[in-house]
Amino acid sequence: MTTAPVEVKEPEIDDVVVADRPWIVIVWNDPINLMTYVTFVFQKLFGYSLEKATKLMLDVHEKGRAVVSSGPREKAELDVFRLHEHGLWATMEHDT
Amino acid sequence: MTRRRVKRARNGTFELRIPADERELLRSLGPQMRAVLTQEGDADAAVERLFPVAYPTDEDRQTEYRLLVHDELLESHLGALTVLEETADADRLDQDQLSAWMRAVNEVRLVLGTRLGVTEEGDERPLDLRDPRAPAYAVYDYLTYLQGEIIEALSAAHDPR
Repeated sequence: MTTAPVEVKEPEIDDVVVADRPWIVIVWNDPINLMTYVTFVFQKLFGYSLEKATKLMLDVHEKGRAVVSSGPREKAELDVFRLHEHGLWATMEHDT
Repeated sequence: MTRRRVKRARNGTFELRIPADERELLRSLGPQMRAVLTQEGDADAAVERLFPVAYPTDEDRQTEYRLLVHDELLESHLGALTVLEETADADRLDQDQLSAWMRAVNEVRLVLGTRLGVTEEGDERPLDLRDPRAPAYAVYDYLTYLQGEIIEALSAAHDPR
């Protein structure tokens, strides 16, 4: 038994992979924002515990950057906007 | 020991004990910053510090993003400065108002600090009080001190222990 070949349109794999990959929001170190301020902003905006917010702040301070949130593009853009409202140096990029 | 300027009250509001000359300085920040933020022509690096690039490696998306949010971000920055200006003489602030003070004070620190080229080490401060940059450093350091007090008061409200 055989069936007629059906032409299936292959999804373009690259597009699917890119669309599924979450966006990450990165905060970069800067010489002006206070360490206590950065910690407080992480708690306020993301509801992180003092412990988690402090760890992220120290990563920013010592390693120069930290990933503070991730998700779909719209969410990442909103997070970046709220960080910019608070004067933090935030960028977003596709997770790799 | 300097007296604490921002103190959390039991009812969840915040008491301000700020001397008159400092309040005058705070009141003057709004109009000055508004002039800087809404100036025509190419913005300087210090102003750009308040409008960071969201997509550093994707020019098209960055252009689109900036078109979408720039005005809203400007309104947000100006809104915080307006609260600071309007409540500069208040004896008491609610949490939202103090949060606006926190953002406004930080906006001024970012612009001033960028102009002065401050570093994390902080060793660039002029030792000579006659140095033309001395007044700007004095304002910057005062705002850093006040910012620290505001964060401490708000953190106590945020994370009660």
